[in-house]
Amino acid sequence: MLLGAANPKVLWYLTRGFGLVSLVLLSLTVALGVAQLARYARPGLPRFVISGLHRNASLVAVGLLAVHILTAVADPFAPIALVDAVVPFIGRYRPFWLGLGALAFDLLVTLIVTSLIRQYIGHRGWRAVHWLAYGCWPVALVHGLGTGSDARIGWVQLLYLVCTALVVAALAWRLTTRWARAPGSYRLTAAASAAVLLLVVAVWAEQGPLRAGWARRAGTPPVSTIPAVGATGSHP
Amino acid sequence: MNRTRRLVVDPIRCDAHGICAELLPELIQLDDWGYPMVSEQPVPHHLEAHARRAVAACPTLALLATEVEVARTAGGRAR
Repeated sequence: MLLGAANPKVLWYLTRGFGLVSLVLLSLTVALGVAQLARYARPGLPRFVISGLHRNASLVAVGLLAVHILTAVADPFAPIALVDAVVPFIGRYRPFWLGLGALAFDLLVTLIVTSLIRQYIGHRGWRAVHWLAYGCWPVALVHGLGTGSDARIGWVQLLYLVCTALVVAALAWRLTTRWARAPGSYRLTAAASAAVLLLVVAVWAEQGPLRAGWARRAGTPPVSTIPAVGATGSHP
Repeated sequence: MNRTRRLVVDPIRCDAHGICAELLPELIQLDDWGYPMVSEQPVPHHLEAHARRAVAACPTLALLATEVEVARTAGGRAR
């Protein structure tokens, strides 16, 4: 709030920056989780370190997301209420794309809370819930593309590509090593759905957020003037 | 100190991740297949924190610390 009083744009920049860094942390969390499943270890990098990094990366991501959400709510330009960040699809500002962010946040909190109380819910229950991680990451990615004001900036696109490559590599690693004993049809289904999802997101991104005029089509209320790159508001 | 803990492995849950042996080599060694062989000794006092960490770190919750009573004295407090 104090920062916002000094320069109202600061909050908006913080929201975007923390969102991007959260995506990086979430991607690392996915990759480290798979590394743990694959029993990856090297001299000087034992398994408990991989496991600790996986855990801590996810916790840091939640902390970053708290800042991401609070600065977005505090920012006077975009009409986002705190409840919009938790309950999906009810907001006024880009309701669908913001809602995906709320959904991803809810999923992440579910994943972390169930991990913290793992002893009480048992390994089976915990693992069943932990499959949601494979839903959380793509939802977060699409939220970033769909609501992010930065999808048309070159280095941001590069960041998205690197994160996607990391997670795709992790998925491939999981399918080839850890699931090697699972029936081939399971692995094929998983690989095919991931490929289709990736293709759909890529085509949508190319048609939507990566083209001019996305802010308007995404459901940005016309009165808000968001000092985003290339966006000029129509303030009365 | 009238209560102590002993570590046991649930062989059905254990999936041979081996994190326990990394964190508590004093009491846990891995066999040739990567499954833990746990010392049957009670966990010595100076290793209790490490033992708790190993229990918490097990990815499949297969390492358990069971409380055993050793020469309980009247009115003794746990920890």
